[in-house]
Amino acid sequence: MRKLLGYLASILVILLFWQLAALLIDSPALPTPLATFPMLVRYASQLAPDFLISLYRVLVAMAIGTVLAMPLGLAIGRSPRLDTLFAPLLYILYPIPKIVLLPVLLVLLGLADAPKIVLIALTIFFQVSVTVRDAAKAVPEGAVLSIRSLGASRLDVFTHVVVPASLPELFTALRISSGTAVAILFFAEAIAGSTGLGYFIVDSWAMINYPRMFAGIIAMALLGVVLYEAFDVLERRLTRWRMV
Amino acid sequence: MLSFEDIKHTYHGSSGDVEALAGLTLTVEAGEPLALIGPSGCGKSTALLLAAGLLVPTGGSVRVAGRPLAKPRFATGLILQDFGLLPWKTVFANAELGLRIRHLPRADREERTRRTLEQVGLADFARNYPGELSGGMRQRLALARVLALEVDLLLMDEPLSAVDALLREGLQDLLLALWRERGYAQVLVTHSIEEAVFLGRHIAVMAPRPGLVAALIDNPNMGVVDYRSTSEFFATCRAVREALGEAESRVDSGGALQGGKPPQGGEALGVQGKPHQDGGALQAEEAPRSEDEPHAGTSHA
Repeated sequence: MRKLLGYLASILVILLFWQLAALLIDSPALPTPLATFPMLVRYASQLAPDFLISLYRVLVAMAIGTVLAMPLGLAIGRSPRLDTLFAPLLYILYPIPKIVLLPVLLVLLGLADAPKIVLIALTIFFQVSVTVRDAAKAVPEGAVLSIRSLGASRLDVFTHVVVPASLPELFTALRISSGTAVAILFFAEAIAGSTGLGYFIVDSWAMINYPRMFAGIIAMALLGVVLYEAFDVLERRLTRWRMV
Repeated sequence: MLSFEDIKHTYHGSSGDVEALAGLTLTVEAGEPLALIGPSGCGKSTALLLAAGLLVPTGGSVRVAGRPLAKPRFATGLILQDFGLLPWKTVFANAELGLRIRHLPRADREERTRRTLEQVGLADFARNYPGELSGGMRQRLALARVLALEVDLLLMDEPLSAVDALLREGLQDLLLALWRERGYAQVLVTHSIEEAVFLGRHIAVMAPRPGLVAALIDNPNMGVVDYRSTSEFFATCRAVREALGEAESRVDSGGALQGGKPPQGGEALGVQGKPHQDGGALQAEEAPRSEDEPHAGTSHA
């Protein structure tokens, strides 16, 4: 309830500034919220499938990237030998913006979902594996020694100590990278294919229908909120101990 | 139960090697509580990790229950200074952890965990998280986690250092009562002289850099009723204090480890020496003596 009120207040503030900015700038490229909302209603049925397909792409990509990155990050974080092997590899590949691979992926994977999902999954993979590796390294040694003294196997150490200790960092990484993920999604959809919110936005731009374009931007913001809230819910469920 | 035979241990660090133990020899009999005391840097904690099988010594051998120790064994319990509790598990799940790792059937596990939590007075907090507990309660949870297992050797690294002074005596009483009931061998690493004397049937005083046992003090009255207020308690405390001073001065005077200087106090450093004369039946001791000068009466004579 409180959260809902927070959202309402934030929306009001944003709309207020938007309205003011639109009135001051007075350009067709920046329509007022009052002009945009009728468009949002009018194009809702067109927007909905694009919204869903974009959401699907981001979620699947983030899930794939995370599932692949978690074991790698945990393993190299806990094994100095693997770390010397893989850390340089990560350091070289991590800073390369994966978006530069878009042309290659388009050639190899076509124009549908696959190149977009792979591109986002790649980005998430590197961010998550680097973060999780650092988190796994920082696991308190006392906890590891204690559980080993209880007779724990390597697997026990991972399931009872290293994984739960790394979860908060994982969620931070996911939240931060969901911004990047949406940006990449926009770019990929704008360049290739004819579906998704990215396409909807550039398509409106091409039609010089700015209110329609802003309706797409609002849908994109909503996509971000859905992602954040989903991570929040998941995090609260999985790291209940931190809420006490 | 546990024996260190001429243990040497050197840590290889990025800033050079550190020799933590240089020839530690020490034996703990089955069912016997031993206190290990010494200045920081004397290798107490290293000795404990070696006894738990979490470290392999660079020289010498550690034997537990008659066999050379190669890895942690199920019947040894270890409680570290920061307790090593898992903040993401509830009190119950923390206490149950050892049993889960041993793959005990669920019903058995839960029954034993419940009983142990009751024993340490945490039954009402089973569903809380460690982060919601006080220092003393966390300490008791760490105990419960080990006691849920049937251990014959309990190793503790300064288990009460994070607990405030008011609670400490109560927890010492609890440790004593649990040891009495279970009869495991116990090694307690501590900084506190009083704690060592209260909980150690023998008190090993360690000298630092590198560590070895400088004196082994016998404490036959450990565990008698109201021990803390007897003159024997104070006398033993004094003996430990003097042995500690001696151990440190060996390092200061540079005569490292030769132990060449005679002990000034006379009685303190005689390894195995009895710091007080009437070692016998103190159980009959009724009331604590009026103790203006607690040690004067007993330490000499």
